Amino acid sequence: MNGAHDLGGSHGHGPINPDPNEPLFSQEWERRCFAVTLAMGFTGQWNIDQARFARETMRPGKYLETTYYEHWLHGLESLLLDRKLISQSELKSKKAQNTPKKIIPNIESRRCSICPRKR
Amino acid sequence: MPHDGHDNGSKLSETELRVRALESLLIEKGYVDHAALDQLIETYETKVGPRNGARVIAKAWTDPEYKSWLLSDATAAIASLGYSGRQGEDMVVLENTAKVHNLVVCTLCSCYPWPVLGLPPTWYKAAPYRARAVSQPRAVLKEFGVELSEDVEVRVWDSTAETRYLVLPMQPSNTNNWSEDRLAEIVTRDSMIGTGLVGSNA
Repeated sequence: MNGAHDLGGSHGHGPINPDPNEPLFSQEWERRCFAVTLAMGFTGQWNIDQARFARETMRPGKYLETTYYEHWLHGLESLLLDRKLISQSELKSKKAQNTPKKIIPNIESRRCSICPRKR
Repeated sequence: MPHDGHDNGSKLSETELRVRALESLLIEKGYVDHAALDQLIETYETKVGPRNGARVIAKAWTDPEYKSWLLSDATAAIASLGYSGRQGEDMVVLENTAKVHNLVVCTLCSCYPWPVLGLPPTWYKAAPYRARAVSQPRAVLKEFGVELSEDVEVRVWDSTAETRYLVLPMQPSNTNNWSEDRLAEIVTRDSMIGTGLVGSNA
């Protein structure tokens, strides 16, 4: 799929400005977004390619004006809705309304060495 | 511009609220648990990072057998030091020489060898580097303060979801008798991405 994420060779993005002293996460929400995305990834309901695809479904204009972990957040919300793990109304109300979907672990989920094992 | 600043601030707080809501929803539904989230963060903040990659490089510099293993089967050679797993399942090591300088990018995303370098820096994930590393690598290198002579070939490697690259930088010539530990100290993250060189006075 081509789109805004396909940045190789494109012009007009300005200088790189590397910051040698940047923290690993610049905001607390980035830290939490990273962790929930990884933890849900470890449940094996999608693979890395599907996770990337979900991030790349962002509207191109929006993709370019948002930051990396905002792409992650968009991707995670899309995957959770698509797999019916949460509903649109739960996302809006910020409260669980439906019975959680049973998560069936698969090969991907066994790869996580530090996640709690569900037997 | 104060107006921009305001927009940015309110956008961030909206994002912050979305993340918080999503996290508590996922916990409430039992898909993730709080302790596991904290453990994941702790792992990536304290255990996984470029010090791991520096150990690999220092070993390659001091042990020729290890180096040839690393260049022929990087995934196994790196795993033998205890660094393996997510986002490092298929590793390739690229050797810098007096004639060839390697530079790693992920134009499509932010693919990066997590087990040896940790999480990528912001610039690696942002548009300017992803756009220009492939089209103007020498100009990009200059922005990192690296100027290579014209007779050095620059090879740019675009990472994929599967294949992750680690650059084996050139060892500074005056460090030949240094111990592996001391060498590991001077290997920088950027030198293993290719946006830096290793100096002996670090």
